[in-house]
Amino acid sequence: MVLTPEAPPRRPVPDATPTRRRRRRSGLQRPERIAGWLFVAPVVVLLTVFLLVPILMALWVSFTSWNGQGSPFRSGVPVSGAENYVRLFAEDGLTRQDFMMSIRNNLYYVLVVVPTQTVLALALALAVNQRLLKAKSFFRTAFYFPSITSSVAISVVFLFLFANSGAINGILAWFGIDGPNWFSDPRGVLHLILNAVGLVDINNPPAALADNELFGLPWWQWLSGPSVAMCSIICLVVWTTSGTFMLMFLAALQNIPVQLEEASLLDGASRWQYLRRVVLPMLKPTMFLVITLGLIGTWQVFDQVYVMSKGNPAKTTLTPAYLSFRTAFLDLEFGIGAAIAFVLFSIIIVMTLFQRWVMRDRDVPRSRWFRRARSV
Amino acid sequence: MRTSHRVMAVAFLATAMVAGASACGSGFNDTPEQQSGPADLEILIGSSGQAETDAVQQAAAAWAQSTGNKATVVPAQDLAQQLGQAFAGSNPPDVFYVDAGRFADYAKAGALLPYGNEISDANDFYASLRDAFTFDGQLYCIPKDFSTIAMQINTDLWAQAGLTDADVPTTWDELRAAAEKLKAANITPIVIGDTRDRIGAFMVQAGGWIVNKDGTQATGDSPENLQALQYVQGLIKDGLAVYPRDIDTGWGGEAFGKQLAAITFEGNWIKGALQNDFPDVKYTVNEMPAGPKGKGTLSFTVCWGISAKTQYREQAIDFVRYMTSAEQQIKFTEAFGVMPSRASLRDEYLKQFPNDEAFIAGASYAQGPVKAPKMDSVLSDFDAGLQQLASTDPKALLERLQDNTEAALAG
Repeated sequence: MVLTPEAPPRRPVPDATPTRRRRRRSGLQRPERIAGWLFVAPVVVLLTVFLLVPILMALWVSFTSWNGQGSPFRSGVPVSGAENYVRLFAEDGLTRQDFMMSIRNNLYYVLVVVPTQTVLALALALAVNQRLLKAKSFFRTAFYFPSITSSVAISVVFLFLFANSGAINGILAWFGIDGPNWFSDPRGVLHLILNAVGLVDINNPPAALADNELFGLPWWQWLSGPSVAMCSIICLVVWTTSGTFMLMFLAALQNIPVQLEEASLLDGASRWQYLRRVVLPMLKPTMFLVITLGLIGTWQVFDQVYVMSKGNPAKTTLTPAYLSFRTAFLDLEFGIGAAIAFVLFSIIIVMTLFQRWVMRDRDVPRSRWFRRARSV
Repeated sequence: MRTSHRVMAVAFLATAMVAGASACGSGFNDTPEQQSGPADLEILIGSSGQAETDAVQQAAAAWAQSTGNKATVVPAQDLAQQLGQAFAGSNPPDVFYVDAGRFADYAKAGALLPYGNEISDANDFYASLRDAFTFDGQLYCIPKDFSTIAMQINTDLWAQAGLTDADVPTTWDELRAAAEKLKAANITPIVIGDTRDRIGAFMVQAGGWIVNKDGTQATGDSPENLQALQYVQGLIKDGLAVYPRDIDTGWGGEAFGKQLAAITFEGNWIKGALQNDFPDVKYTVNEMPAGPKGKGTLSFTVCWGISAKTQYREQAIDFVRYMTSAEQQIKFTEAFGVMPSRASLRDEYLKQFPNDEAFIAGASYAQGPVKAPKMDSVLSDFDAGLQQLASTDPKALLERLQDNTEAALAG
């Protein structure tokens, strides 16, 4: 699974002129066009029937209060308009609270997991890309192994590792640390840190934060950080996915010609400068891919939550994906479940666009360096 | 040229959508066409284990053979989820287990066939169980069996702390006193599940509950409930009671089996679990201690639901009659130790399992699960609060429960 999208062209290529495009299109004769459609028809049909139509059907469901009985396209199904979305965002109640709680949990989860797994994957890739390293293929396999193991099996293993008397707490005990009850500790890490440095009292939060709320959730809750229980899930996910992303980085690293390294070292660049000024710019497309896939994957986290915690303790591992499933299939409120799914969908789209914008090509000194390095 | 492509694509899409929608729109009429003659029943059960699956499969096969029908029993991995999916897909199984906690959701959605009035001896089933499956005044389905919560005491640890049979607590005060003695002997006194399904028993003993009797009004924010939560909170704060997770176990039975605590409150399922995993633990089963308003416990039950969409109503009802007959219930009791839902079988059951008197005694004063639709998320929210009972204000917890329940009942 080596996906390395090409970098967008740096400047418009002059010979791709409109005339050539026009010539091409007019050169396509009618029978060819029909043949073309015929050739792509199977894929178009598959995508339409199994992807586009279900998405549109779900969109429709999100505007109804269908209770899961019979078809949602009958005449009798109550249409509720935007009410499901209103309940998620504007109406005070348990639905909104649960939803905002899940958004908060997932936001912290993304904030921790995406940078960590990207940096770790890059570090691993750089490590196993060393020409001097012995037993390279062993390490490559070892690092990639978690990615190809079933996430359910790994989750169960982590349940044991993070049990009160499990391995993690055992290791912490060597250093005299009394490990927490990982899966039953709903306290937020940020709360704990602030409490430890004496800024706030965790049992008696400042009134300004506890009494004012955003979308029905007090600011104090928004600022909790990931819960201790969520931290164990974060560890698990970083450990499993960094192998996959390592592979992508590794593929990109191996595409960097050796001459580049030699040339930059000859020019007097240190190892660090070489990494910072040559390797990283060359890895930019892969970096974009890894972060995008990371963002999408982390916003959709479901199986670990389903297996390990079911949203407990105190809803601090509830995620929108799991909440959507629970609301639809267990509470039979399919409309709200579908609405959550679409909100999640738009969050992912917005995040990805934002990230594209952040990583867009800019004419900054770095890219000049990059060009120079390339032309060596 | 370009526009014609677009038109083609749109037309194509529209056709596909209409086709897709109509394929899923097969459930138009509310009363499906009935078929007489040999039926092919699909039965989905949420089995407690291989023993139950085997017993139900054998019974279904026997019924099928004697009536000339076909019956396929499928054990579910996750019953609630699979049923939810099946209802949404318009193709539910004909007969399935319905948990009392989910019953109101299904009944309100119209997924269940109310067949109670076709069962001639329905009055033989315990009134509290029938009540759990009555919605809008109609008995929807017949309970297959039930369980209640009782108090298990580890006899070795009990003796170790110098306690005797006379000390077995029958009131809240005695429970606390015994727990203090156990604690003095360095024994963790009580392990209690951290959900409404255990702590709720204390609410019942105090005379409170989450909703009123017919599930139409929220009663969470009552002084009785507050008294109960304060009592349990006191036990936890003073180190007399712990949650299973605090001592690294999944549930009360596991902690009890590992002899990590002397007292737990679990249902009759604990018998099998202890027998299989911890056969050496010696224990007694006692009735729950009485609270300020007398005895109280919780009951859990499951009924044989029949789908409103089944094509084989008569055959399905006949199947349920067979499965809930006295004769068949005794067989189930022997196979996997459940308590029969027929009051007339009480003595027969006690003869077989004399130690279960406390469990079966609970039937007369037990409170069933909350019977109101859309309550599941409210109750899990309450559970989330109970998980932090030690550090929360019980009053705030109950107020929140009250608000959420009112919103759910109104919606």
